[in-house]
Amino acid sequence: MSSLIKVNLTFSGGVELLFNNIKQKIIEIPSTINPPKPTTMKDLILWIKDNLLQERSELFVSGNTVRPGILVLINDTDWELEGELGYEIKDNDEIVFISTLHGG
Amino acid sequence: MVRLCVICNKERAIVKRPKTGQQVCRECFYYVFETEIHNTITDNKLFKQGDKVAIAASGGKDSTVLAYVMKLLNQRYQYGLDLFLLSIDEGITGYRDDSLETVKRNQQQYDLPLKIVSYSELYGWSMDQIVKEVGLKNNCTFCGVFRRQALDRGAVILDVDHIVTGHNADDIAETVLMNILRGDIARLPRCTEICTTGDGSIRRSKPFKYTYEKEIVMYAYFKKLDYFSTECIYSPNAYRGHVRTFIKDLESIRPSAIIDIIHSGEAFEIKEGVKLPVQGVCKRCGYMSSNELCKACMLLEGLNRGLPKLGIGKNFK
Repeated sequence: MSSLIKVNLTFSGGVELLFNNIKQKIIEIPSTINPPKPTTMKDLILWIKDNLLQERSELFVSGNTVRPGILVLINDTDWELEGELGYEIKDNDEIVFISTLHGG
Repeated sequence: MVRLCVICNKERAIVKRPKTGQQVCRECFYYVFETEIHNTITDNKLFKQGDKVAIAASGGKDSTVLAYVMKLLNQRYQYGLDLFLLSIDEGITGYRDDSLETVKRNQQQYDLPLKIVSYSELYGWSMDQIVKEVGLKNNCTFCGVFRRQALDRGAVILDVDHIVTGHNADDIAETVLMNILRGDIARLPRCTEICTTGDGSIRRSKPFKYTYEKEIVMYAYFKKLDYFSTECIYSPNAYRGHVRTFIKDLESIRPSAIIDIIHSGEAFEIKEGVKLPVQGVCKRCGYMSSNELCKACMLLEGLNRGLPKLGIGKNFK
């Protein structure tokens, strides 16, 4: 049985421009988007692309992951230390996407 | 499963360093990030006691972190530098006016004097006016050429010895590749130099030459630094954009690619006997130039004569 889990999303560094300038959003998604496996970061990224992304999806996703140059943090930890796409989302996780691609 | 920091072996790791692959905790990340920049500064003897240094500040991530770190290192290691913030107002409504607000906040937060010089006062043209004249095709050329000189002129007004810019390792790797792709032999050796002396005696350097963009953004995130991030409304530089995407793709396969490209650029040698353009000065404004007129004067002349294409593209040479 799939239940709903709450995920806290943050978009910054310029990616928020692809989401109607929304910087923070709490979403509810099934705990198993692709049964029987629990929902992973890979599922979440596609879910965001299909449900939240407002424009120019190629600036957010590339293949089945985020575009290189967008940093991802899971509960304030670099997702590269958390298994990246394979990370299994838990209730109340905080996921941050930061673009490094905007001018400095 | 908790991953421990490979430096202190105590705290939980929060960042994977792209340059080394090390996983480090928050405090150790701050420490290595700041210390590497300090080492870059001292190994290259960028400053001496009493130097007046302007930090080129756009309000974006790189220059915001640069201002923060310069202030911190200056205190921690007693460089004895007199620091200033120097900003250029290109006159782009809805972009630069917003980012300048960020710089003004930085001025308060870091307690550094700020000088803003505008294209309008220096050249008599704002970018908004230039775009009206030339359209959206070559506007980035104007902006880039004018900005470089504007920083030098601002530095003269502030009477500083040195300008530091937030160019990071990713930017420099990009420039190396762009110069190779364009076959720009004259610029290739110069673009990896950490410190150059431009007009007069004002030195210009890049303390972030070996600092990865990922770490700069992570540092700003964890330190909650206040920076501005919006794309310029007059379309980003397309050519650089392609190279940028390429570099980011390389980085995602092999993170050391960025530093490797910089090292390749540094190791590049020009065969003996190859003629390079001689660096002279512009006969109109005295700024360094390899032609009779520098590019900025050429572009300005075009604008003022109503021939904005003058000085753009192949006809220039």
